[in-house]
Amino acid sequence: MDAAHAQSHDHSHDDHGHKPSGIMRWVKSTNHKDIGTMYLWFSFCMFLVGGVMALIIRSELFQPGLQIVRPDFFNSMTTYHGLIMVFGAIMPAFVGFANWLIPMQIGAPDMAFPRMNNLSFWLLPPAALLLIAAQFMPGGGAGVGWTMYAPLSTQAGPAMDLTIFAVHTLGISSIMGSINIITTILNMRAPGLTLMKMPLFCWTWLITAYLLVAVMPVLAGAVTMTLTDRHFGTHFFNAAGGGDPVLYQHIFWFFGHPEVYIIAIPAFGVVSQVIPAFSRKPLFGYASMVYATASIAILSFMVWAHHMYTSGMPVEAQLYFMYATALIAVPTGVKVFNWVATMWKGSLTFETPMLFSLGFLFLFTLGGFTGLVLSITPVDVQLHDTYYVVAHFHYVMVAGALFSAFAGIYFWLPKWTGKMYNETLGKWHFWLSLVFFNVTFFVQHFLGLAGMPRRIPDYALQFAEFNMISSIGAFGFGLSQLLFLYIVIKCITSGEKAPDKPWEGADSLEWTHLPTPAPWHSFETPPVIK
Amino acid sequence: MSNQASGNYYLPQPSHWPIVASIAIGFLGFGASFTVNHMPLGYALLGIGFLILFFMFAGWFTAVAHESEGGNYNKQVDISFRWGMSWFIFSEVMFFAAFFGALFYMRSISVPDLGSLTHQEFLWPGFKADWPATGPGIKETFSPMGAWGIPALNTALLLTSGVTLTWAHWGLLKNNRTHLIWGLVLTIALGMIFLGFQIYEYSHAYSDLNLKMTMGAYGATFFMLTGFHGFHVTVGTIMLWVILFRSVAGHFKPDNHFGFEGVAWYWHFVDVVWLFLFVVVYWL
Repeated sequence: MDAAHAQSHDHSHDDHGHKPSGIMRWVKSTNHKDIGTMYLWFSFCMFLVGGVMALIIRSELFQPGLQIVRPDFFNSMTTYHGLIMVFGAIMPAFVGFANWLIPMQIGAPDMAFPRMNNLSFWLLPPAALLLIAAQFMPGGGAGVGWTMYAPLSTQAGPAMDLTIFAVHTLGISSIMGSINIITTILNMRAPGLTLMKMPLFCWTWLITAYLLVAVMPVLAGAVTMTLTDRHFGTHFFNAAGGGDPVLYQHIFWFFGHPEVYIIAIPAFGVVSQVIPAFSRKPLFGYASMVYATASIAILSFMVWAHHMYTSGMPVEAQLYFMYATALIAVPTGVKVFNWVATMWKGSLTFETPMLFSLGFLFLFTLGGFTGLVLSITPVDVQLHDTYYVVAHFHYVMVAGALFSAFAGIYFWLPKWTGKMYNETLGKWHFWLSLVFFNVTFFVQHFLGLAGMPRRIPDYALQFAEFNMISSIGAFGFGLSQLLFLYIVIKCITSGEKAPDKPWEGADSLEWTHLPTPAPWHSFETPPVIK
Repeated sequence: MSNQASGNYYLPQPSHWPIVASIAIGFLGFGASFTVNHMPLGYALLGIGFLILFFMFAGWFTAVAHESEGGNYNKQVDISFRWGMSWFIFSEVMFFAAFFGALFYMRSISVPDLGSLTHQEFLWPGFKADWPATGPGIKETFSPMGAWGIPALNTALLLTSGVTLTWAHWGLLKNNRTHLIWGLVLTIALGMIFLGFQIYEYSHAYSDLNLKMTMGAYGATFFMLTGFHGFHVTVGTIMLWVILFRSVAGHFKPDNHFGFEGVAWYWHFVDVVWLFLFVVVYWL
C-alpha cells in the first residue's frame, strides 16, 4: 500500500496537475474524475426534473376524473418523464460511473480522448434545454410518448422538432462517450491486465458501449425520418406514400430493445463489484458473467418486435420473437445465480451499498419475471399498454438500474470524496426507497391485470384504491430522494475521513493501489498487474 | 500483451473547444427547430450555430494537428485514434443501415402489402404494387433514375478515387511528396466531379423525371439515401482538402500519419456505401 502511495504521489507535480480555478475547472475540464462528477450531478438534476414530472402524473391519477392538469399536458408529462429519465438521468449516471472508475480500474492515466470526453458531457445541457424548452412551444410539449410513434409524432406540434433535435444531440453525446470508453478499455489497460482480468464493471461497460455505438445511430435515423416526414414531404411512415407507421416501430425498437440493456448492463456491473466486496469472496463464475453479458447484448438485437405483438405481424414472426425473448432469461438467470452463489457461505455484512444491491437482486429479478410473462405473445396481447407493462419496466429501471446506481454511489463515495457517508441515514434511505418503491409500483401489476391502460389521465372507478396507494408511494419515494441528496452533501461537507480501503472485501485497483480520496491523476505510470 | 500502456500517454491541457462545440450544437438545435416551423429567428440561430461550428472545427483540428506535428502523440495515442475512427465509422454504417432497412421494408413489405387483395378491396382500389412505386395515395407519376447513365459513371469515379487515394498513400510511405500531393489532388478532383454529377442528377430528377422527395416510397428512400451519401462525400472531400493543405505544409511522416489514414478510411467507407446504393437504389 505504501509503495502504491509513493507511486501516485511522485507524479502529481508535473504540468498535467495544472487545473484552472473556479468554474473554468469544470467547463474546460479534461480530467475524467471532474467529468464523471459533472455527469453524476447533471444526472441527479435530471432525476429531480423527471421525478417532478412523475409526481405530476401521480397527482392527476390520485383520484379518478380530471382534477389538476389538462389531458394534453398529462401526455406531455409521460413523454418527457420517460425521455428525461432514460436519456438524462439513468444513462448519464452510469456514464459518470464509467468516467470515474474505468481509468482507475484498468490503471490508466485518464480516458483515451479527454477533450472529447468533456464534449460528450457538455452536449447534455443543450439537449436538456431543448427538452425543457419544448414544454413552452406553441401547443405545449409533444404528448407522443417517449417512443415517439408515428403517426402521432409526424402530426404533433413544433415541440416535436425540439424533441427530435434533443434526441440527435443525446445520440451524438452517447456515441462519442462510447467510442471513448471502448478505446480506453481496449488500449489503455495496465501491462498484464488482460481483458479477462478486468473488473466486471469494465466488462459491462465495454459491452454497453458497443451496444450504444451500434444502436444510437439507428435511433438518429428513425427520428430523422420523422423529421423529414413532418417537414420535407417524405412518406416513410405514411401508407398513402407506400410507407408504414409500423416501419417506425421496427426501427425504433431495433434501437429500443438494446437500449434496455444499455441501461441494465452497467447496473449489473456495479452490482457485480458490490456483492463480492460485502461477501468477502471473489465473484462467483467471473468468466460465465462475461459470456452471459455478451450473450444478453447479442440477443438484444434479435428480439425487438416483442414490443409490437399488437401492431400486426405474421404468427411465425410472433412465435420467433416470443422464443427468442424467452431465451434472454437464460443468461440473465446465469447472472442472478452467480450473484447468489457469490454470497453463498460468504462473510456477509449489510452496509448501504450491499442493501441496495440486495434490493436490486430481489426486485430486478421480479422485473425480469414479469418481463418473461410479457414475452409470451398471447399474454402480452392482453397486457399490452396496460399498467402491468408500466410496473414491469419500472421494476427494471428503478429497482434495477436506479438502485444499482445508489449502491454504486454509496460504495465509491468514500473513494471519490475521501469521506464516509452517514451509515444510519444511508440505511434509512434504502429502506424508505424500498418500501415506497413497492408501494408505488407493486400495485400497478394489479391495475394492469385488471385492464387499466397506461398514458391516460383518467380511469374507471374500480381502479381508484390502487391508484391512490400508488400515488402515495410515489410521493414517499420522491421525498426519500431528498434524504439521499442530504446524505451526499453531508458526506462531502462534513463526513468522517475515509480510510484508503473502507470495504474489507473490495479488490479492484482503485481500492488496492490508490489513496483516498483518489488523486487528481490516478496512474501517470501504469501499475504492473501480475 | 500487444498494447502496453506506457507512462507518457498524451493528456491534453484543459480546453475550451468542447464548450464551444456544445454552444454551436445548442444554436443549431434551436435554430433548426425554429426554421422548420417558420418561426422568427430560426435562420439567424442556425447561421450563428454553423459559424461557431466551423470556428470550432477549424480551431480544434488545428490544435490537434499541431500537437501531432509537435511529436506529442506516441504509439499508444496512435492506436487510440485508430480504435476511435474505426468505431466512428461503424456508427456511420449503422446510421445508413437504418435507411437501407427502411428501403427494404418498403420495397418488400409495406408497398406489396398495400397492393394486396384486402387493401385493394377496402382501402386503395386499383393500386398496383410495382416497384418503383409512389404509394397508393399519390396520383402524380414519375420516372425512376436509370442506373447506367450518370450513376454508373459516378461508380467509376468513386472507385477510381479510391485507387488514386491509395496511390497518394504509397507516395507518402515512400516520402515522395509530389507523388502524395498529386494523388490527393486527383482524389479531390474525382470527388468533386462526383458531387457535381450528383447535383446535376438531382436537377434532372426534379425537372425532367418529376422524381421528387415527395414521391412516396421511391422518392423518399432515393433522396434520403443518396442525399445522406452525398453529404458524407462532401464531408469527406472537405477532409481531403484539409489533408491536402497539411501535406503541402509538410505535415505527415512515412511512419506517422494517422490524420491521412483516418481520412482515407472514411473515404473508402463512403465508397463502399455508394456501391450498396448503386446496386439496391439505382440498379435493382
